[in-house]
Amino acid sequence: MTSRATASTDGVVASGTQAVIRAVGLTKVYGRVRAVDGVSFEIAHGESFGLLGPNGAGKSTTMRIIGGTLQRTGGVMTVAGLDPAESGPEVRAHLGVVPQEDNLDEELSVRDNLIMYGRYFGLPYAYLRPKADELLEFAQLAEWAKAKVGDLSGGMKRRLTIARSLVNEPQVLLLDEPTTGLDPQARHVLWDRLFRLKEAGVTLVVTTHFMDEAEQLCDRLVVMDHGRIMAEGTPRELIRGYSTREVLEVRFGAEHNAVAAERLADVGSRLEVLPDRLLIYADDGDAALRQVAARGLSPITSLVRRSSLEDVFLRLTGRSLID
Amino acid sequence: MSTLARPRGRRLAGLYGRNTRAVLERGFKVIKNQNWVVMLSGFFEPVFYLLAMGLGLGGLVGSVPGPGGHPIAYTAYIAPALLAASAMNGAVYDSTWNVFFKLRFAKIYHAMLQTSLGPMDIALGEITMALFRGLLYAVGFMVVMLVMGLVTSRWAVLMIPVAVLIALGFASLGMAVTSFLKSFQQMDIVALTLLPMFLFSSTLFPISVFPAAIQWLVMALPLWHGIELMRDLAVGHLAPATAWHALYFVVLSVLGIWFTAVRLRALFLR
Ligand SMILES: Nc1ncnc2c1ncn2[C@@H]1O[C@H](COP(=O)(O)OP(=O)(O)OP(=O)(O)O)[C@@H](O)[C@H]1O
Ligand SMILES: [Mg+2]
Repeated sequence: MTSRATASTDGVVASGTQAVIRAVGLTKVYGRVRAVDGVSFEIAHGESFGLLGPNGAGKSTTMRIIGGTLQRTGGVMTVAGLDPAESGPEVRAHLGVVPQEDNLDEELSVRDNLIMYGRYFGLPYAYLRPKADELLEFAQLAEWAKAKVGDLSGGMKRRLTIARSLVNEPQVLLLDEPTTGLDPQARHVLWDRLFRLKEAGVTLVVTTHFMDEAEQLCDRLVVMDHGRIMAEGTPRELIRGYSTREVLEVRFGAEHNAVAAERLADVGSRLEVLPDRLLIYADDGDAALRQVAARGLSPITSLVRRSSLEDVFLRLTGRSLID
Repeated sequence: MSTLARPRGRRLAGLYGRNTRAVLERGFKVIKNQNWVVMLSGFFEPVFYLLAMGLGLGGLVGSVPGPGGHPIAYTAYIAPALLAASAMNGAVYDSTWNVFFKLRFAKIYHAMLQTSLGPMDIALGEITMALFRGLLYAVGFMVVMLVMGLVTSRWAVLMIPVAVLIALGFASLGMAVTSFLKSFQQMDIVALTLLPMFLFSSTLFPISVFPAAIQWLVMALPLWHGIELMRDLAVGHLAPATAWHALYFVVLSVLGIWFTAVRLRALFLR
């Protein structure tokens, strides 16, 4: 695990810090599908940890095993030293969960969704009433307090689900694609809250398909595919390790891209052919562009940019991130 | 993960958050918000049967041999049976259809299981809610029986707890069965076993009309015991058989609860 070693020297995993979440050889098999296939990771106290990967990679499955709401097939899983499969209620008392699919209680009002959820944790009404009001404020749903959940828009439901996960003031927050369906403003409100929770020592585990979100939120992340971990590190390490400094994007028009790709195969250190454009990975993008011109090719558009997590993702999974 | 190697206490800790009360609180809150017409439908079903069959057929049939062979009016014959059958139907509906719906579609249990509740809290809570509804309907039905002059013995008051016992037996069994269900279509199989049980278990006529083989089959099934027990209590005909019928349901309930407990992981943690 070389990436683990480099991560430690960067101070991302403070040495000596007790891991809050630890998975060793985690496996989940559904019939013939190996949804999670021997995954190992450690998440330190107060760390913000990202799980990236294309659809079906096994992110949600991993998240549900952490919460003990799904039985694993094999491997070791501990949360704060406890096995969630054996001590589910005890583990979850300190866990906040935002599932990928909202599971709000349609038979209760917006406010009662927060209060009842708190009751499931055994919290008293005297604590829950003001807490619910504070969370409604945070979710910008105060004027919807008495409304039926069914009357909320998709994004509003998402906000309520996120607010609900905070009702027990969790030490660990599991967020499965939390910002899907949120408008930009709501997303920034959430990020702001998550930063403040992180400052207060809350451990965050996030899955997302948005690279900007991963770069913003995650100290460290893993890229998963087919139930396995393909890479692990800080966003910067991953970009350094799996991509070049710069990327040249050129478009020749849909029909000509493939032909151009053949003639440009040796430009830069790597070439990626996407349906609408070519990505040429090179430490000096401008130099690569000059090479393209020297071969008598003139792209319709060209762009030199810095490498991002998206490029890492593409390299590791062969798939575009947003699908 | 070996389930066998796990000590007993730990096993329970993974399944039980000791907060069944919160599940009940949710149940009552939903009832409070609910349309009361929906609530009442469960009460009216056996009453309609009683009125239609009792008044309709009763006039033609007159009296039939009741407990101990003593002739009783047809309406008085079917009323205890309808109470038993409605306790069964309500409990089965609550523990199969309702549980499956909340599991697969409303995802109520998904949300509950993200908290410090465990599958055991949910199962206990839902079974208790089913019993509460069963109790309400039983009390309502008893009032109807009183008004119609069908209650002739003090023992009849025991029909209310017996209705709850019948509901417990069927609800605990029903929940275990639900853990095997994969689709709503399979729910039809549940309905398919209930309907003949309702029709053949001496609900509307004595089982003496059947060949011996069918009689034995009916007597092995739970509803018949519930009905006979109810009938004995309604007229105050207490015999050793009455105790056997009650014991049948106590055993059924214990087995059902055990079965459900064994199936909790399969039911909720999938
Ligand atoms: N209940 C289930 N039964 C059978 N297979 C399942 C079940 N849940 C998930 N899978 C399979 O497990 C694999 C991983 O699914 P998972 O939901 O963990 O992916 P994911 O990484 O969260 O994907 P997404 O980005 O689409 O949310 C998929 O191949 C999926 O088909
Ligand atoms: Mg997912």
